[in-house]
Amino acid sequence: MPHSHPETELHNPQSTKPPLDPHLKALENEAIHIFREVAAEFERPVMLYSIGKDSSVLLHLARKAFYPGRVPFPLLHIDTGWKFQEMIAFRDEMVEKYDLDLVVHTNPRGAAENVTPFSHGSALYTDIMKTEALRQALDAGQYDAAFGGARRDEEASRAKERIYSFRTPDHRWDPRNQRPELWNIYNGMIRKGESVRAFPLSNWTEVDIWRYIQAEEIPIVPLYFAKKRPIVERDGMMILAEDPRLELLPGEVKREEVIRFRTLGCFPLTGAIRSGATTFDDIISELETATVSERQGRAIDRDQSGSMEKKKREGYF
Amino acid sequence: MTAPAIANAALDDVTAVVAHPGQEPVRATRDSRPLRLITCGSVDDGKSTLIGRLLWDTKAVKEDQAATLQRDSNGKQNDLGLPDFALLLDGLQAEREQGITIDVAYRYFSTDKRSFIVADTPGHEQYTRNMATGASTADLAVLLVDARVGLLEQTRRHATIATLMGIRQFVLAVNKIDLTNYDRARFEQISHEFKELALSLGVRQVTAIPVSALKGENVVYDGRASMPWYDGPTLIEVLELATARSAQTVGFRLPVQRVSRPGESFRGYQGTVAGGSVKPGDSVVILPSGMVANVTKIVTFDLVRNAAVAGDAITLVLDRQVDVSRGDLIAAIDSQPMTGLAFDAQLVALQPEGIQPGKRYWLKSGSRRQRVQVQPASQLDLKTGKWNHADELPMNAIGKVHLIFDEQAIFDAYEQNRTTGAFILIDPDTNNTVAGGMITAKRAALGGIHAEESRVILSLPADLADQLMATELFAGRREDVEVRRVTAGKAAEIIDTIDG
Repeated sequence: MPHSHPETELHNPQSTKPPLDPHLKALENEAIHIFREVAAEFERPVMLYSIGKDSSVLLHLARKAFYPGRVPFPLLHIDTGWKFQEMIAFRDEMVEKYDLDLVVHTNPRGAAENVTPFSHGSALYTDIMKTEALRQALDAGQYDAAFGGARRDEEASRAKERIYSFRTPDHRWDPRNQRPELWNIYNGMIRKGESVRAFPLSNWTEVDIWRYIQAEEIPIVPLYFAKKRPIVERDGMMILAEDPRLELLPGEVKREEVIRFRTLGCFPLTGAIRSGATTFDDIISELETATVSERQGRAIDRDQSGSMEKKKREGYF
Repeated sequence: MTAPAIANAALDDVTAVVAHPGQEPVRATRDSRPLRLITCGSVDDGKSTLIGRLLWDTKAVKEDQAATLQRDSNGKQNDLGLPDFALLLDGLQAEREQGITIDVAYRYFSTDKRSFIVADTPGHEQYTRNMATGASTADLAVLLVDARVGLLEQTRRHATIATLMGIRQFVLAVNKIDLTNYDRARFEQISHEFKELALSLGVRQVTAIPVSALKGENVVYDGRASMPWYDGPTLIEVLELATARSAQTVGFRLPVQRVSRPGESFRGYQGTVAGGSVKPGDSVVILPSGMVANVTKIVTFDLVRNAAVAGDAITLVLDRQVDVSRGDLIAAIDSQPMTGLAFDAQLVALQPEGIQPGKRYWLKSGSRRQRVQVQPASQLDLKTGKWNHADELPMNAIGKVHLIFDEQAIFDAYEQNRTTGAFILIDPDTNNTVAGGMITAKRAALGGIHAEESRVILSLPADLADQLMATELFAGRREDVEVRRVTAGKAAEIIDTIDG
């Protein structure tokens, strides 16, 4: 070979970050490749932005993929109206800081009928305020590709999801009839009305996400770090008791605990964990010894057996 | 290890440099990039149990997932109190209802040394299609056999498909060794047979391990207590030391995904380096146009780099205004890929419609998509290993085909580059992916003599013949040439005949 063994990283004296370890570098390269491929092949891509840690990584990778240009597609946030307050503040800060285009959508039917997780139960609420809302927003924007932060290690039905996941015009996923996906060659050919969900983080695990956030110094919502916060216990979960709309049920007591969140969704449906993890190192070592998976804190996954697959077939992200 | 792999690895780890006289220094290094592997075997061989065991013993299964398992399996447990692993692996409701796995699933686990991505493919029926999909990105194949049964016809099939897809590292897990009473002679007989099989396919990196997936012996933890006679590595040890893919020994390749023009002053070409390496000052050629330019900058979000290697997602800036668009390939000027209108390839047919002769498909390779006409020539009989004449290829068939393009196509041989040598075919009627293919060679002339009948015969002294056959250049043309080993005297005689 004519090539010598080059030092490929010319260290930027301003940068205090050490180069990424090869494992994270490989995951990053793969994700950037997917971002560029989708942006080049589709007419109207959009990035689903849930404000959580995976979304934060996704956004960071999108900025890297298109540098020195801007992120060439809008971010879409499905706002159920029941997100943690800190999430919304964080979202707006990111949009401002990184010069992003943001589309926020709330299901008008749900808002008009006052659909809440308390009045309608988690299953119906999720169906209307998340799944139906997402379909409305995707239709309204005529998006033909939507990036999502789903990972295959999250849940059993995701293990067989493709990186380009094909959806019918009514947003359905047919797990039995997925396109084969070989090498890193993605088939982006669709008819009008059909769309693709693209998952650049497919091969990442939860620990990878945290190690990458740490290594790349990616901003995240502070709720991921432990702090003394007001909570109530409900259905075996610790719910954050900050929002005035949360009404205490008979027998429930508000108290303070040092807690953090492993995932962030709608606050009434997201359980906190008891944790003293205030740094990235704490979180990672907590994860490495964790005995439960991250989705354990999500009420919606536990509705019924195979419930995530069912939601996905109907268009849930 | 190949040179770029060393270059890659050199960045990754602190490495010990061992100098070999007359060679580039060889670096003894542990490859810490994620290893992608595929597991091949049937339910009967205990494949689900083996993968379940890997996930369980590396603590990739969490308590709530295990609780779901217990709930779903209605108390179905094996005698060791472990959950039914097949339930963990068969993720889709449809599959659970029918009790079969129907698709490729990806699993993740890690040790403190490395992380692993397993493509888990079903062992029956449509295994060719699913195996080919899983194998396309795999660096290593774990083949599973039942120690009581030994090698089966399917073992040969799996090994053949894995080899075709470019996998050059095999592990044979001789499972259920506990049920043979840890019979050493039995294990040695099976591993010997398998090594013969692997060698016949050209695979030299083979490790055979006696395993009890159920009891967890020689998977993550060693089985010394039951098998004091086995002093080889456990499965996880082999996986930790295996080499991640980097068989990219050809020159620099950058398939252009998109052109970045954020303002008047900047024009960069974005893509993932698919082979070799590049640094500022290198001369490159843009294909298919053939225009030449020099690299001025390699831009990434973090910093301007002074080199990039295979696998890096970069933005390349050139020193002059050239017409470059998505689908073009930027390549090293001194080591260019093949360009032409006709190529030979092997492919796997993935859909019920098969591959029809003369039909015009879309071909996608790298970032390039173009029309192609496909002429099947032969089909591989997986039972015998023979290629039989074929005019069309049904689903799951592995075939040799001729590709005929309207516009210039650009490829490397798959043996030399698993990125620029690979392609998929898309049916324009359904938009579905109907084949995965691997380029074997460029065809010299369109409509001329059929390549099968026009092999070049080289009569060479044995040492020269061996040298030639060992070259990379030759590897891509093996189909076209027949090498006959003769004595030096005989070779001189032949030359005399030609001259005279």
